[in-house]
Amino acid sequence: MIRLTDVSKEYVRSGVALADVTFELKKGEFVFLTGPSGSGKSTILRLLYMDDKPTRGDVWVNGVTSRTARGREISRLRRRLGIVFQDFRLLEDRTAEANVRFALEVTGAPKATIRAKVSRALTQVGLASKATSYPRELSGGEQQRVAIARALINDPFVLIADEPTGNLDERATRGVFQLLRDINASGTAVIMATHDLDLVRRSNYRTIELNHGRLVFDSADTPVSAASGALSFDSVDTPHDSQESV
Amino acid sequence: MLSALGVVTIAFSIFAFGLFGLVAINIRNALEQVSERVEVRAFITDSTEIESVAAAMKDIGEFPEVARVDYVSKEKALERARSEMGEFADVFEAAVLPASIEVHLRPGMRGPATVKSVADRIRTYQFIDDVRYGEEWVAKLYRLRNIATVAGIALGVAFAAVAIIIIGATIRMTVLARAKEISIMRLVGATDMFIRLPFLIDGLIKGILGGLLALLFVWVANRVINEYVIQTIFFDRQMIFLGIVAGAMMGVIGSLVSVGRHLRRV
Repeated sequence: MIRLTDVSKEYVRSGVALADVTFELKKGEFVFLTGPSGSGKSTILRLLYMDDKPTRGDVWVNGVTSRTARGREISRLRRRLGIVFQDFRLLEDRTAEANVRFALEVTGAPKATIRAKVSRALTQVGLASKATSYPRELSGGEQQRVAIARALINDPFVLIADEPTGNLDERATRGVFQLLRDINASGTAVIMATHDLDLVRRSNYRTIELNHGRLVFDSADTPVSAASGALSFDSVDTPHDSQESV
Repeated sequence: MLSALGVVTIAFSIFAFGLFGLVAINIRNALEQVSERVEVRAFITDSTEIESVAAAMKDIGEFPEVARVDYVSKEKALERARSEMGEFADVFEAAVLPASIEVHLRPGMRGPATVKSVADRIRTYQFIDDVRYGEEWVAKLYRLRNIATVAGIALGVAFAAVAIIIIGATIRMTVLARAKEISIMRLVGATDMFIRLPFLIDGLIKGILGGLLALLFVWVANRVINEYVIQTIFFDRQMIFLGIVAGAMMGVIGSLVSVGRHLRRV
């Protein structure tokens, strides 16, 4: 479903962002992408939604390859992805409902279905009662839920989350994370970049760790005994079984 | 408010373009008027019979370059000379001035080479004494016209480029004001064309409104110049239409450039 093969990314100014990264993400899987700031987590996610192309190697997402993907094909791919960020990226002058609806409107979805879909998505994230609130009237956790509802509106096969809990307090973090787990439980794959190792430790999802653009650890292919030595990002003490079924 | 400001900015840049255009068409018009006076004058030997002259005039009238042929009799030549000379009118005796034929050329056929070739052909008639057409003067006029045309095109392109840049900058402000919206649109899978379209329409409308406003400015300027400085001509209907189309095009190009740049960068 998602496959990176020997992917490297170099920037003219900042140099190597990724070096020879290879991994695969199966349908319905939940994967953490961890590593210190600047280790290449966000770069990988950007490559997944084809906002950027690898310097070498191939990124393959749901039949679209980074080698040949162009404008319209990329737009169409993104309609099948859900993307959320640390900073929510909501439009301040629109209500929660309008923010969610926006994603359907700008992709030319049929008007008749919009209302029902929006209300279903808001219900799914537990915000049906706040549909008419503006982002500034919502807490951080609630804003992130609106962003998640927007990401879910097109029934994505994968949710790409770049530090989705990075701006949230402990309680909101737990709520949003639980929501992501629920989404995953209903069949949507989730790839979540985070450096919240508590979160990683408390769940036993597959974990991929990056350091200086290199994949230094993948719990899917590292035997339990060898794992702890491989972890340079030192708070993850036991690697987890990645093949959690859904 | 912001977009009213944008329209006025665009109007001023097109106004500069329009003023330049006004100057250009007036220079062209003046040169056109002067070049209408380009004529070939052939002096006729005194003893020539009027029938031969009439036959020759008919021939010459059929040259493709020729618009009109006039006969100037001795008496008429004298009358003209007198009226032009004013108080010295009496100096002329009827016998002094020869009869002549005046050959007026068609527009576009007044270049030095054409004039010379017509003059040479006229000279072949036996009763033609002399042919004059002011060679140097014709050549100078043409050089002037060429310089005016080249300078006109170069300046016109420069003014249009400035207008496009200003329109682009104006639209860029709108693009930047909506940068977040655009980035979200891209993330959720809106096509570039979908994102671009509103800006193109914005540019088109601003270009047209700016063009109309600029036209009004130029019209007022033209009235003022006419009133206080010199007689000038204004754009004709076709040029007004073209001017507004040009404004619209500049609007579209300006927004294409600024949105395109933004989309590539995001």
